[in-house]
Amino acid sequence: MAEMTFGEAVRDALAEAMRDDATVWTLGEDLTEIHLVGGNYAYEGLIEEFGSLRVVNTPISESTIMGAAVGAAVAGTRPVCDMRTVDFALCAMDELVNQAAKIRYMFGGQARVPMVARMPIGARRGAAAQHCGSYEAWFVSVPGLVVVAPVTPADGKALLKSAIRCDDPVVFLEHKELFLDRGDVPDGDVTVPLGKGRKVREGSDLTIVAWSKMVLIAEEACDVLAAEGVTVDLIDLRTLWPWDREMVFDSARKTKRVLVPQEAVQVGGFAAEIAMSVSEAVGSDLLGPPRRLGAPRIPVPYSPPLEDEYRVTPADVVDAAHALLRASTPRGRLSADRPE
Amino acid sequence: MASLPGLAAAETGAASAAVVLGCLETMQLIREFEERSHEAVLEGLVHGSLHQSTGQEAVAVGVCSNLRPSDMIQSNHRNHGHAIAKGADPIAMMKELFGRVGGTSGGKGGSMHIADFSVGMMGANGILADGVPLAVGAAQAAVIKGEDRVVCAFVGDGTTNRGPFYEGLNWAKVFNLPLLIVCEDNGYASTTLTRSVTAGGGAAVRAEAFDIPAVTVDGNDLVAVHKAARELTESVRGGGGPRLLHALTYRIRGHVSRDMLAYRAAGETDEHWRREPIARCIQWLRGLGVSDEEIEEVRGRARTLISRAIDEARAAPFPDPGLAYADVQDIGGGRG
Repeated sequence: MAEMTFGEAVRDALAEAMRDDATVWTLGEDLTEIHLVGGNYAYEGLIEEFGSLRVVNTPISESTIMGAAVGAAVAGTRPVCDMRTVDFALCAMDELVNQAAKIRYMFGGQARVPMVARMPIGARRGAAAQHCGSYEAWFVSVPGLVVVAPVTPADGKALLKSAIRCDDPVVFLEHKELFLDRGDVPDGDVTVPLGKGRKVREGSDLTIVAWSKMVLIAEEACDVLAAEGVTVDLIDLRTLWPWDREMVFDSARKTKRVLVPQEAVQVGGFAAEIAMSVSEAVGSDLLGPPRRLGAPRIPVPYSPPLEDEYRVTPADVVDAAHALLRASTPRGRLSADRPE
Repeated sequence: MASLPGLAAAETGAASAAVVLGCLETMQLIREFEERSHEAVLEGLVHGSLHQSTGQEAVAVGVCSNLRPSDMIQSNHRNHGHAIAKGADPIAMMKELFGRVGGTSGGKGGSMHIADFSVGMMGANGILADGVPLAVGAAQAAVIKGEDRVVCAFVGDGTTNRGPFYEGLNWAKVFNLPLLIVCEDNGYASTTLTRSVTAGGGAAVRAEAFDIPAVTVDGNDLVAVHKAARELTESVRGGGGPRLLHALTYRIRGHVSRDMLAYRAAGETDEHWRREPIARCIQWLRGLGVSDEEIEEVRGRARTLISRAIDEARAAPFPDPGLAYADVQDIGGGRG
């Protein structure tokens, strides 16, 4: 076990995968010592160790970064392309959606596309409208893609290794505000299975389902709720497609209340998919309909007070939890309802 | 199909005549495939749009006759000729067009998504220019794995106006990749005259701007295409980096087979029928003393094989509907 940042953990995952398998390589813009997105150290040591043939610093050519990864995957390697931010990756949506995701299917299983597309997501202070996107709802709706969004350094490392070993294309979403977060990371070749969630907290009054940085925000909300006597089953999905239905449905049956907060714009969000799936699967066991929570439908603004309007905060999650609890609890039976 | 070693040794004479006769058979296979599959469209047996390469056969055959089975090609919506020339089975391809069991993609892809990885046909793309980045990646994989492999991307003239084409040219040059780009210039971008929407001097000039050597050739002259492609392929295989072949040809049929060609001048198509490559190849063979009997024998073989392809495709069953859920992804696929 060693304490390290998220950025260091995913760098180690990539380095270990490249040591284990000579067909693993990585490509992207600015894959130099001074990589500005991945906490400044995302590629430290990799160029010296593996050389420029396997750590490829590319032109600013997003279509070809993604497209070359697809072609190289089809031709027997396991590329890990770093799109720098999900917003830049939008220039390569065609190569992701029309090529990576469909080649196995439309060629009748003749070819596989074992690649990872890393796309840093989320709002970072002052980064404004074109560097703060969260588009996981788009990716989960594309057949053929696996979508991963870890929050802890340990899961970042373990899931990147699992993603690299996956024989299908994986969209790997790393929140930009997580890269410098520290945490304990187990030593050795530890992986986490794709599609399995993580129970962050055990509780009995409410289930909160979150992913990526929203897990940390939800944890803050859980602290507030705990002080009020409300205990929360907090689930970190870790993989968004396929998501851990069993863990979510089991928890929903237990707590009978489900809240799904997300950082992305609420409209058409992945939270709505989870909430609806919960309704369909275990709705009759619940005390009330599941609730979702997301950002207002605005581009991410620049000025701090404006940006704060976009962000879903711990207080927002607490408010949504209160609303859910009030709507699903007979009056007077909830500690939060009682006068101070 | 077989390569053309005879042409390398002697540009004329009996040895090359035999090789060109083999090429004629492949061109005739493509011609029959394109024309007969349109008949199947009219019968309702082929679903969706069909993009015929009638009149462009010499480009596919002239290029692919220089490639080895381990070399890879990337193609576009008008791909049947490239696939056949690279060695894909026309019977399996016809079954694919019919959407039947035994098709190259099991009926999942259809005409626009023919692939046969067993012969290095890495897939046809319905999204123009996407094949260039994919071919670039396949070439990069060959370098990483230390494989002796040339990757060839067939693109049309219309594709030279899309961004990924330029990204791919730049990238292939910067990383000195074993890539041959063949711009099969049939004059039309869908139903638009390409020159009416294209600035500058065309594909070869654009490649040269990236310091990528390019050769322009009469794409309806099989022997000329073969010779040009041979030199370029040898340069690529020798580690010289990417090359571009600009082959000037003509799309005799419409963008899709039901296209009534209302955008063409009267007589334009007829004029180009007089320049089509199969008749020119036959003239060339006759000039070397090859008999009409020999020529008709190989053409007849091609017609017979495509007739068999139609019959077998017609007789093949449709896939089980449950197969719609296969090969989406290992986890999270299926009906979930």
